[in-house]
Amino acid sequence: MLPLSGERTDAKGIIKDKSESGNILRGTSTLKRGFAHMLKNGVIMDVTTVEQAQIAEDAGAVSVMVLDKLPSDVRKAGGVARTASIRIIEDIMDSVTIPVMAKCRIGHVYEAKVLEETNVDMIDESEVLTPADENHHVWKWDFTTPFVNGARSLSEALRRIEEGAAMIRTKGEPGTGNVAEAVTHIKKVNDELRSIKAVYDSGDNQVLIRMAREFKVSYDLVEETAKLGRLPVVNFAAGGIATPADAAYLMSLGCDGIFVGSGIFNADDAKERARAIVLATTFWNESEKVKEAQKMIDERQSMLGLDVKTLELRMQERGSSA
Amino acid sequence: MSLTVGVLAIQGDVHENITSTKTALKELGIEGIVVGVKTAEDVSKLDGLIIPGGESTTIGQLSLVNSSLKIIKEKIEHGMPVLGICAGMIMLSKTANDRVVGKTDQPLLDLLDIKLERNSFGRQKESFEADISMSSINIPKFNGVFIRAPSVSDVGSGVEVLAKFNEKIIAVKKGNVIGVAFHPELTKDVSLHKYFINLIKKSKN
Repeated sequence: MLPLSGERTDAKGIIKDKSESGNILRGTSTLKRGFAHMLKNGVIMDVTTVEQAQIAEDAGAVSVMVLDKLPSDVRKAGGVARTASIRIIEDIMDSVTIPVMAKCRIGHVYEAKVLEETNVDMIDESEVLTPADENHHVWKWDFTTPFVNGARSLSEALRRIEEGAAMIRTKGEPGTGNVAEAVTHIKKVNDELRSIKAVYDSGDNQVLIRMAREFKVSYDLVEETAKLGRLPVVNFAAGGIATPADAAYLMSLGCDGIFVGSGIFNADDAKERARAIVLATTFWNESEKVKEAQKMIDERQSMLGLDVKTLELRMQERGSSA
Repeated sequence: MSLTVGVLAIQGDVHENITSTKTALKELGIEGIVVGVKTAEDVSKLDGLIIPGGESTTIGQLSLVNSSLKIIKEKIEHGMPVLGICAGMIMLSKTANDRVVGKTDQPLLDLLDIKLERNSFGRQKESFEADISMSSINIPKFNGVFIRAPSVSDVGSGVEVLAKFNEKIIAVKKGNVIGVAFHPELTKDVSLHKYFINLIKKSKN
């Protein structure tokens, strides 16, 4: 049984259809959130080509995310970053059996529609691309395809879930090879979940409604989340993960899985590193296996990391206040 | 007599299966423990195993790494009941083909003489919920949750078809081995988990 907190049963994205063997439903919260549950304890890898997607699948990735450029290259290139070429997304869909995701710009309803029409398995409304609308995210209930969104805090996560996100990834700082921000944000969300659970257990509903007003989401969603003591959707970690030890550390903080952006295909040992990060994610609580995984990579081939304090562009802030 | 039921905890929706199995044990009033299992040693202690939904390529490769695949196969061949769900059913099968990509070169247990078509109903947008029926095991109505689900394109001798949807085979059984294309752990109804526990109980007696 899945938590269906905040579910909208009258959403436009739900399709009722007839078939020979009876009525069928598509795009329900069970199907969208359930899809994300199948990815748990897995690694989702950013890829830009068919070749990279095949390396990811062979390494044991649970899904690939198609981009035009890896986040670190987006950072270097500057300018406006948009959704990837549809032709490349389709080529990748035809060459791997694992689910294929792609990113749309925050608030860009029509990039999202194009991706849904392309039949990707999940859409990432992502701060790595240049936002199309800083104040409004996509109303994701209108889509049959599930969405994943980034969040730096519990309130941001709940706002995205209320808009229809079926999965959350706690944001790091993309394209930096620096895991610090991802660590900070998963810890922050965990702390906030612990305190909201304590409020729920104390039975003080006045505090809960005050929190709902602060968070700018409905009381019901806050109450149900507080009762669960965790987000009602799957939560992955993302942003700056570059090594097996990074992945294992984030798993130990209670994430359901890992997104790796530039960390693999901007390293010089991508094949080995992809396998090593999958191993460390699966066996994160066995130090010996994490060490074996870490030994598979060479630190001299890791991507060059960036100090987050010196960055001119902080992607994580995009769309956060809305 | 207490049963030990394991859920293969390599990747996928392990937790939901643990919860459903615990609920089913409680409703049946049968004593037992439910554990997530990863290693060969964990598997060796089990009376029954659920291989959950997830990505079959990932689950296969990683169970190969820690050599749990070999002992799982041996135990099942010696009669341990197993329930393979979605990716788990793919793992149990002899051969798997992807609807678009074709023949897949992935580690499989080769325990059920069935041919599998992966992603048989299409991609995620085509994932669906529908009522299905497994009358031969006394579950006449069940909410089937199909997520990028496989189907069985061909069955060998002795494999019983438990359910079909739109002419596609979605549930099969041969002795102690059950495979289903849908996700019983994502619904409130635990009747399939109950059926499986009774099968484990019988095999232990």
